[in-house]
Order: sequence, then C-alpha cells, then structure tokens
Amino acid sequence: MEFDALLLSRIQFAFVIAFHIMFPAFTIGLAAFLAVCEGLWLKTGNEVFKRLYLHWVKIFALAFAMGVVSGVVMSYQFGTNWSLFSEITGSVIGPLLGYEVLTAFFLEATFLGVMLFGWNKVGRKLHFVATCAVAVGTTISAFWILSANSWMQTPDGFAIDPETGNFYATDWIKVIFNPSFPTRLVHMLLAAYITTAAVVMAAGAWQVINGRVTTPTRWQMRMAAGTLALLMPIQILAGHESGIVAHEYQPAKIAAAEGWCESAPVQGTMLLAWPADNECGHAGITIPGTSPYLFANAPKGEDLKGLDAFAPEDTPPLWLVFYSFRIMVAAGLVMLGIGVWGCFLWWRGGLDKKGLFHWLAVPSGALGFVAVITGWIVAEVGRQPYTVYGALRTVDSVSPVSTAQVATSLLVFMVTYAIIFTAGTVYMARIATRGFDDDPMGKPTRERRAPGSPLGAVDDPAETGEDIVAAD
Amino acid sequence: MALDLPLIWGFILAVGVFMYVLLDGFDLGIGMLTFVARSDEERNMMTATIEPVWDGNETWLIIGGGGLFAAFPTAYAIIMPAFYLPVLIMLAALIFRGVAFEFRHKAVRPTTQKFWNGAFFGGSAIAALSQGVMLGGMIQGINVEGGAFAGGAFDWLTPFSLLVGVSVIIGYLMLGACWLVLKTEGDLFLRARKWARAALAGVAIGFLAVSLATLAIDPSVGERWGFSMTNIDFARLLPLSPAPLAGMFFCAWLWRDLSMPTGQGDAPDWRPYLLAVGVFLSGYIGLGFSLYPYIVPFEFTIWEAAARDNSLAFMLVGAGIMLPIILLYTAYVYSLFWGKVKPGDGYHA
Repeated sequence: MEFDALLLSRIQFAFVIAFHIMFPAFTIGLAAFLAVCEGLWLKTGNEVFKRLYLHWVKIFALAFAMGVVSGVVMSYQFGTNWSLFSEITGSVIGPLLGYEVLTAFFLEATFLGVMLFGWNKVGRKLHFVATCAVAVGTTISAFWILSANSWMQTPDGFAIDPETGNFYATDWIKVIFNPSFPTRLVHMLLAAYITTAAVVMAAGAWQVINGRVTTPTRWQMRMAAGTLALLMPIQILAGHESGIVAHEYQPAKIAAAEGWCESAPVQGTMLLAWPADNECGHAGITIPGTSPYLFANAPKGEDLKGLDAFAPEDTPPLWLVFYSFRIMVAAGLVMLGIGVWGCFLWWRGGLDKKGLFHWLAVPSGALGFVAVITGWIVAEVGRQPYTVYGALRTVDSVSPVSTAQVATSLLVFMVTYAIIFTAGTVYMARIATRGFDDDPMGKPTRERRAPGSPLGAVDDPAETGEDIVAAD
Repeated sequence: MALDLPLIWGFILAVGVFMYVLLDGFDLGIGMLTFVARSDEERNMMTATIEPVWDGNETWLIIGGGGLFAAFPTAYAIIMPAFYLPVLIMLAALIFRGVAFEFRHKAVRPTTQKFWNGAFFGGSAIAALSQGVMLGGMIQGINVEGGAFAGGAFDWLTPFSLLVGVSVIIGYLMLGACWLVLKTEGDLFLRARKWARAALAGVAIGFLAVSLATLAIDPSVGERWGFSMTNIDFARLLPLSPAPLAGMFFCAWLWRDLSMPTGQGDAPDWRPYLLAVGVFLSGYIGLGFSLYPYIVPFEFTIWEAAARDNSLAFMLVGAGIMLPIILLYTAYVYSLFWGKVKPGDGYHA
C-alpha cells in the first residue's frame, strides 16, 4: 500500500469527518433534550427541568462550538482534497449542501446566541422558541447532509453530460429522496438521540457513584433510561431496514458486512471471522440459514450475492466493514440493555442507589459515539471503491495536490483535533460530572465566570450556586 | 425571459463573502485587539461584545466555501487545490479561535487560560492573514492548465499576497476597533477610538499600496482602469473612479468622526463602524471592477465555471426565500444584543 495523495486524502477525510460527526450526533440529540426540558419547565413549572436545561446547555455550548469549527473544515475539504469529485458532482450535490447552509446553518448559529446569551433578554416563551429553532436547525442540517450522502450511496435522478463528463440533475425529487435516504435519515436521527441519552445516563450514573444524587440527577437518568429503552428497539428495526435497502442497491457492501463468501440462495449470519487460507480469504463462525428471515424481501429463487460475485477491484475492504458492523451492533445491544435495566431499576426504585448498573452505565456513555463512527465506517468504506456508488470511483475524485501537502494537512488536523478534543472532553466532563447543588438557595460561591459569558448573568440563585467550575 | 443565473449567483456569492468580511471581520479584529487588553476583565469585555453573534457571523464563510462549491464547482475545484495550504492554515486558525470563545472561560489553571487566550488572539490574526493572502493570490492569478490547477504548492506566497494579507489584518483591526467604539464605554471606548484611527491610517496606506501593486503586477487590471506604462486613459478611469473616490470620502469622514472630542459634536457611536463598512465596500467594489466577470482571475468567467442552470435555478428558489428570512432574524438577534456592554453585569439592552 503506497501512501500517496489519494490514500492520505482518504485517511484525512475519514479522520476529519469521524471527528466531526461525533459533535452533530451529540448536539442533535442534546438540542432535542434541551427543548424537551425547557418545554416541560414551561408547561409544568417544575424547577427541576429548568435546572436540567441550564446545566446541559453549558455542555451544549461546548459541543456546538466544536461541531461548528470542525464542520467548516468539511465545506472546504471537498475542494481542497476532492476537487475532481467536486467538479463532476457539484451540480447535483452542491445544491443539497447549499440548502443546508440556507435552511439550517444560519438558523442554528444565529439562535444559538439567543439560547446562550438571551436568558435575561427575552421572555421565557421567546427563549423556548430560540431553543426550538436550534433543535430544528440541527435536524434540518441532518436532513440535507444525509440526503447528499445517501445520493452518493444510491445515486438517482441524474445524468452525465457527454461533453464534460460532469453529472447533472434530471429530477430533484429523485436526487433528494434517493432510495436509501429515508431509512438512513431515520437511522441517523435515532442514533443521535440514543448517543445523547447514553451520555446523559453516564453523567447521572457518575453522580450516583460519587454520592451526589439530586432531583435533577434522578430525572436525567429516568429520561435517559426511558429514551434508550424506547428508541433502541426502533433503532434496530431502522438499521435493519437500512440494511435491506443497501442489500438491494449495494450488494457488495452487504456481502462484506455479512462476510458472505460465495453467492448462494440461502446465507447465514457470521458472528466472527478470521483470515484463512481458502478461496475467499476468511473463515468464521456462522449461524446457518438466517437469510430467509433477515432478508425476507430478497427476490425468491435468486442467489444472495457473495463477494465472489464481484470483481476484486469492485469490492470494499472486507475486514474494516465486517468488524465495524459487528462493533456497531454490539454497542447498540449494550445500550439497549442499559435502557431496559435502567427502566427496571426506575420501576423498582433503585435507579439512584449505587450498584453494578451505574458502573456499567458510565463507560457505556461512549458507546453511542462508537456506534455512530463504526456505523459510518460501514456506510462509507462499504461504498468503496466508489465515491458515488457505481458512477464515480474514488481514484477519479481526488485533487491534483502533492503527497507532501496532504501529509502536512493530515498532521495539522491530527494535532489540532487532538488538542481541542482533549480540552473539550475535559471541560464537558467537568460540567457533566459535578452534578447539581440540591440546595435551591445555595450561595453563589467562588463565582469565577466572566461578565457576559454563557449564562454568566443567570438570575436564579439555585443555578448560580451550581454554576461554579468544580475542579480547581 | 431567461434569467442570467450565473450572474445572479456571482452577485449572491459576492454579497455573501462581503457579509462575511464585514461581520466576522470585526470578530477577528477584536480577537487580535485582545492582545493589547490591559486585564482579564477588559479582555472579557471585548469578547462579550461578539460572543452572542460570532457563530452566525462565521456561517457566512460557509456561503463562501459551500456557495462556491454549489454554484461554481469548476472554480471551486481550481481555487481550493491552488490555496491548499492557506486554506488549511485558515481552518486550523479558525478552529482554535472558535473553541477558544468557550474554552477561555472553562480553563481553570492560569497556564491553560493563557493558552486559550493566545489561541484566541493567534487564531484571529492567522485567519485574517491567510484570508488576505488568498485574496492576494486570487488577484495575482492562478496557474491553470486544461481546466485544472497546475501550479505549485507555494504559488500563492509572494510579496504581493503578503502585502494584501497584512492590509486585511489592518482592515479587520479597524472594523474591530470601530465595533468596540459602538459596544463599549469608558476607558476601553476611548482607547478603541485611538486604535481605530491608527488602523484607519494603516488601511489608507494599505489600500493605496495594494492598488498600485495590482496595477503593476497585473497589466490587464491596469488596462481596465486606464493605466499603462506611459499614460492614463481618462475615458476608462472616469466611469470607475467613484469607487476609489468614495473610499477616500469614507476614510476622511471616519477620520473626522474618530478625531472629534468625545461628548461634543454629532458623531454617534454607531457611525464609525458603518463608515468603516463604507471603506471596505468601496474597496470591494473597486476589486469587482478589476476582476469582473472572472471567478478564477483571468482564466474562468462566472459563466464558464457555473453549475448547470437547473442547479442554479433550484438553489435560487431556496436562496430567494431563505436569504431575506436569514437577514431578518440576523437583524433581530443583533437588535436584541444592541447597546453597550458593561463590566460586571453581562449584557444590557
């Protein structure tokens, strides 16, 4: 394998987008959680939801900032490293990204200011509107990005200009609502809510372990457990639907994800695999005969395509897709377990009593991110060797830039992201773990926030008392 | 009637980039000015003037990148590889600047606080410099062969592009200082007026130097303005002369406003910023005269680099509906945070 500009550009794109996706995944879910909390506060007048809001909005501000700065990188990355892709597909994908900026980016970025700094400036209802605007903005953003990416997976509604070789749209509805888009959008949005719920649960569990149980802690754990238990089963179905669509349009991706070696009318489910000295290069433990149930919609009497049905230059890298898929599924199942167990404990009144559950829930807070990243690896690496499946190869997409330039930029992004990721995680974890001061008249001690910093001027004694950086 | 869609999109893109310059320009200018803040309190006052709005301001940059991709993919595919390193440097600088807004307040130890303050200042300065250098690189031209970038990794780095880079830094300092005049009081306000005046002098010199250098390195630009080695063609210069004349007029007016003793005269605190925008606008229109209709100077016109008409039309529907709405709610949020920032009590309407 030669480390040329193409391979380095692929590594760089994978790195910057994997870094970026964690923050939208988290902020889409967190914005929805915040909107729910503020809405519940306005409706019920229960202060606990206000305190949850003012607590989590600080973490949101940090995550959102990291999402914005890593997102700006994405809008330039296509041109700097994938200029041929940009030129060839620009007339089709460009408008989708353009619509994202117009309908989502400005909405989120502008109302974020009101959300963070407008607490004392606008009425409660208007502030709630701002929170909802941000939450809706993040969701619209996902809509367009998933549309653009799904078009790269299952391109539709386009033609190729015979003169220039560039793509152009023939039917915008088919471009936007391409075959894999609906299921993938649902799958991603659910992933965002689940990721956030796992984090919220982990932060609550940490507070229980450290004996800082307060009313907001209890509520955040209940809400997270309920969300996980409710959404994970739906997510499994959504993921399954997504797999069925991929099987129809991208059989090579599914063959790699399932580890199917040879085409056969009935395929099994491979649990584990390892390299082997046989024709397909791997062997594994398989539960035989599962495909009639899992791929019930597949046309009868036809073989389910294995890797042998494709030329080697048309198949994605096996191991990365195969194991990413399994890690994603395993992470999802663990989160389902956390959700169900959490609800059971809630029912039995043990959710705020320290136990094994809490020790497991804390590390599980990272599993949403693990599932999101491995899931995207299945989607993106599984699409290889194409950028636009079946229409444009990755090798024909890259920019005419030198290996040295790409190596430099990759290094710069790695160092930059390592610094801001470390700092951002530490700052978010500090806020998330320190918990809530349960004394509503708590004195604002050691107030070290700057005037005008996010919520620095919150006029609520319960909140200002809590609003202290704990670890000095 | 067929609309000239590439022309319309060229105009939208130009307005978008200008919005970025005049909005994030003052953010970056204030970021650089934090270097001369006398205390943490003063630094926090400075950042408090931009914290609620910087996010929306930076979004206009995505119009620059994303809009170029969407409307002029051919230009995007040439310009981005040509400016690979300065784009990288700008992005890295904007990353540090952006997270520093939040991280500055979260850092506990003095060393990390210093680090994020430094990242805020340094990120702002380097982002401004790389934006200016890329502008310079655009004016001096890009090496294109067979419809693709064919130059070297450091083609953009010339004395001319550095001159433009430094001029943009000074210009952003002027915008930032004028924004502080609008948003602050007391000692900081008085010092901001001095900074604005010093920056204005620098801007005047920078504009003059960049204009003369452009005429010298780019004969085709000189020709447009009626300048050649031997004589001046007034028939060409006169129709274009309102732009530089307006620039001089705004410079003079701004100088007068900033020099007027405070508390006397009729210069309201919002006017310097508006006049500084006028200075930028004159220069920007002058630049437009020099480069129009090229989007990759002097290789591709907006018509040659544009996306398909059906793509441009599809986006125009969205832009026609959304841009007015965006401008409305942006104005609303600005009005919400209107007024002077005061020490110790956060924002006041």
